[in-house]
Amino acid sequence: MSPLRLLPDEDERLLADTARPFFADRSPVGLVRELRGDPLGFPRELWGEVAELGLAGLALPEAHGGGGMGMRALCQVFEAAGRTLSPAPLHATLLPALLLTECGDEAQKGAWLPALCEGRAILGLAHSERGARYERLHVETMARTDAGSDGFVLEGDKVQVEAGPAADAFVVTARMQGDARQRQGVSAFLIPANEEGLEVRAQTRIDGRSSALLRLRGVRASRGAMIGPPGALADPLDRVLDLGAIAVAAEMLGGARAALELTLDHLKTRVQFGVVIGAFQALQHRAARLFAATELAASAVAAAAAHCDGDDPSDVPRMASLAKARAERAFLDVAKEGVQMFGGVGVTDEYDIGLYLKRAQAASATLGDEAWHTRRWANLTGY
Amino acid sequence: MLAPMTTGLDPFKAEVVRWMRAHAPAALLGARRGAFDGYWGGRRATPSEDERVWMERCLERGWTAPGWPTQYGGGGLAPDQAEAVSQAMAELGLPPPLVGFGLAMIGPTLLDHGDEAQRARHLPSIVDGSIRWCQGYSEPEAGSDLASLRTRAEMDDDGDWRVSGQKVWTSHADASDWIFCLVRTLDDDQAPKQAGITFLLLDLSQEGVSTRPIELISGSSPFCEVFFDDARARADDVVGAVHGGWAIAKALLGYERTMIGAAMGGATDSAEADLVAFARAQLGAPKGPLPEASLRHDIASNAMAEAALRLTIERVRQSREAGGAPGPESSILKLVGSELKQRRHELAVRAAGPQGLGWEGPGFDEEELLRTREWLRSRANTIEGGTSEIQLGIIARRVLGLPKPSGQRG
Repeated sequence: MSPLRLLPDEDERLLADTARPFFADRSPVGLVRELRGDPLGFPRELWGEVAELGLAGLALPEAHGGGGMGMRALCQVFEAAGRTLSPAPLHATLLPALLLTECGDEAQKGAWLPALCEGRAILGLAHSERGARYERLHVETMARTDAGSDGFVLEGDKVQVEAGPAADAFVVTARMQGDARQRQGVSAFLIPANEEGLEVRAQTRIDGRSSALLRLRGVRASRGAMIGPPGALADPLDRVLDLGAIAVAAEMLGGARAALELTLDHLKTRVQFGVVIGAFQALQHRAARLFAATELAASAVAAAAAHCDGDDPSDVPRMASLAKARAERAFLDVAKEGVQMFGGVGVTDEYDIGLYLKRAQAASATLGDEAWHTRRWANLTGY
Repeated sequence: MLAPMTTGLDPFKAEVVRWMRAHAPAALLGARRGAFDGYWGGRRATPSEDERVWMERCLERGWTAPGWPTQYGGGGLAPDQAEAVSQAMAELGLPPPLVGFGLAMIGPTLLDHGDEAQRARHLPSIVDGSIRWCQGYSEPEAGSDLASLRTRAEMDDDGDWRVSGQKVWTSHADASDWIFCLVRTLDDDQAPKQAGITFLLLDLSQEGVSTRPIELISGSSPFCEVFFDDARARADDVVGAVHGGWAIAKALLGYERTMIGAAMGGATDSAEADLVAFARAQLGAPKGPLPEASLRHDIASNAMAEAALRLTIERVRQSREAGGAPGPESSILKLVGSELKQRRHELAVRAAGPQGLGWEGPGFDEEELLRTREWLRSRANTIEGGTSEIQLGIIARRVLGLPKPSGQRG
C-alpha cells in the first residue's frame, strides 16, 4: 500500500490560496468583536460570499449542488477560516448536511442540499443535550408515535445548537426507545425552525459563535420528516461526528498557527530591559515547544483527512480522535502561552490573542476534548 | 484517494524487492528492528554468518551505500531509487546490510566537502565495512558549547599533525578503527573560538591513542573516553581548510540530525502494543480497559503523540521527495522523538511499581530488569546528539526567527 498523501495536491493548494485571503479580507479577526449582540452571530452576506466561492457545500455531492471534493480539500478551508476565527457557519451546516447526505431520502436531499450549497438556507444539527457532556449517543429527547397520524411527537431540550438563531430548519435527534445512552433507538427528524411547539433562544458563548437553546414541546414531525431507518442512526451519526471532529481540528490548527504568528510578532517587537523579549531564552524555548505541538497537530489533521479520502475508512475513528486531541494540545497551549507572553495587554479585550484563547477553549469542548479522545483512542486500540 | 507518491519507480522497486527476496538470508526476512540496527563492520567485527552473507551480497550491487558513486563502491543510484532500495528493505523487514557513522556521517561529509584523494582513500573501506568510524566531538569542557574544545593539534616537521587531549561520549570508540574529530589549531587569543578549529581524520590503532568505556546510571554503555597523547594524523587528512573545521563540523551535524531523525521513525505501533502488554502483565489485567485509569490515559496520550510524530516524519519524507528541502517541521524530530521515547520508558517503570526497582539478581524477571535499564538509559536521549535545550534554541532562532539570546556568544 502506498503511504497516505499528507501534502496538499494542486487542487487543494489552489483552494487554500483562495480561502486564506478571502477570510483574511472578508472575515478578519476583529469581526468577532463587532458581532457582539448580533442576533444571528454572523453576517448573512459573508455566508452568501462563502457559498458563491463554492465553499458552503464543498464536500457535498455534485448531484445536489456540492463541490464533490474530499476531506483534505475541506480541511484546507477550515484551516483558513480558523486562522481568522471566522464566525461563518461552516461547521454548523456541515454536520446536518453530511447526515442528510448519508441517510436522507431523495426528497429530503433535494429540498435542502442545493439551497444549503447556494447559501439560501441554513440547517442546524440539534443533537447536544445538557447531561451528555461528550457522550455521542446521549439522547433524552423523545419521539413518540402520534396517535392521530403516522408521524411523531417530539419532546425535549437541545443545547448549544450551532448557528441555531439563523437556521431555517433543524436536524433533531430523538430517541424512539431505550435509555439515554443506548446505541439502539436514536432517530433524526427534519424540523422547520417555525414549527409549532419549537422555541429557539439564542445563547451567548465566550467565543461569540452563533448558538441556540432549543425547547421542543409537542412538536409534530411527519413520517416524511424522519431521516434514515427508524431508531438506527447511531452508526451514521458516529461517522458524521468523526468528520465533524476532523473539520474542527483543522479549524483549530489554523487558529494555532495564526495565534503563534501573532505571538512571535510580539516577541520580536516588544522591548523590555533594553532588548526584544524574544531574545530571552525562557520565552524562546517555550515558543519552540508551541511550534512543535503545532506541527504534530498538522500531521495528525492531514493524516485523518487522508484516511477519510482513502479506500479504507476503518481507521477514521482513531485518526479523528488523534487529530482532535493533538489540535487541542496545539491551539489551547499556543493561546494560553500567547496570552502570558503578551503580558498585561494579553488579558485586555482590545488585543486579539484573547479572542484566540476563547475560541481555543470553545473548540476544545466541541465534539470531545483531549481527555475524552485519549480515552477513546485507548478503547479503540484495545486497552 | 491514495495517490502514488512516486511515478515510474514502481518497476524498479518491484525488481529490487524480487532480488532481495531471492538473495537475502531467509532468517533475516522479518528480523529488522530499526533503521540503525544492523552490522557495524570494522576490523574487530564478528558478524554472524547471515549478516556477513547479506552484507556481501548487497555490496556486490553497491547497496550498502546505494546513493554513493560507483567508483567508491556505491550503487550510483538517483536519490529516489536509493530511497526505494531502503524502503524495499524496510517493507521486507530486512535489517540494513551495514550501518554506522561512516555511512551516515563522515561519508556524506567527505562526498560534499572532502577532496578527491580523501574520497578515494576513505570511502571504499566504509562501503565494504572494513573500517568502522567514530565521532570525536564532545570534550569534558565542551558539551553543548562545542566550540570551547581544547584538544590540540600541532604541525610537526614532516607537516603531519600531532594531537594531544581528550574526547568524551565517543560512541563505540573501543570498537572503532578511525575517528573524525575536531581539534584546536589556533588558541582563543589568536582567533574567535570557532575560527581556530580543524576537522581531522585519525587512525585509532596507534600508540598515543587509548580508549576507556564509560559506565552509566543504566550500567555499561557504548560511550567511551578517548585520550590522545602525541597521536599522529596525516597532513592530507584535514577535511576542509586548516582552522576552517567549524563549517565542516556543522555540516556533519546536519547529517547526524538526519540519522537521528530516521532512527526516531523506529517507534512503531508495536511500541504501544509492547508497553500495553507489559502493563497488563504487571497490573494482572489480561483484558479489558487497563485498571489504573491515569496510567492508561498517559499511555494512550504518549502513544498518540508518537503516532503524530511518525506522521510528521512521513510528511517530511514526502516534502523531500516532492523535490523541496525538508520543511521547518523536520527540526522538531529529534526534540520530540527523544522526549516521547523517554516518557514511554517512564510509563513502563511506572506500570511495574516496586517490581521496577530491580538492578539484577533474584526476585525480578528478565523483562522487568531490562525495562528498568532502558528507562535509565533513556535519560540520555534528551542529552546526546544535541540536548533538548540546544534543539529548542535551534528551532527558536532558525525556524521562528527569534534573535540570539543576549549574553550568548557563538
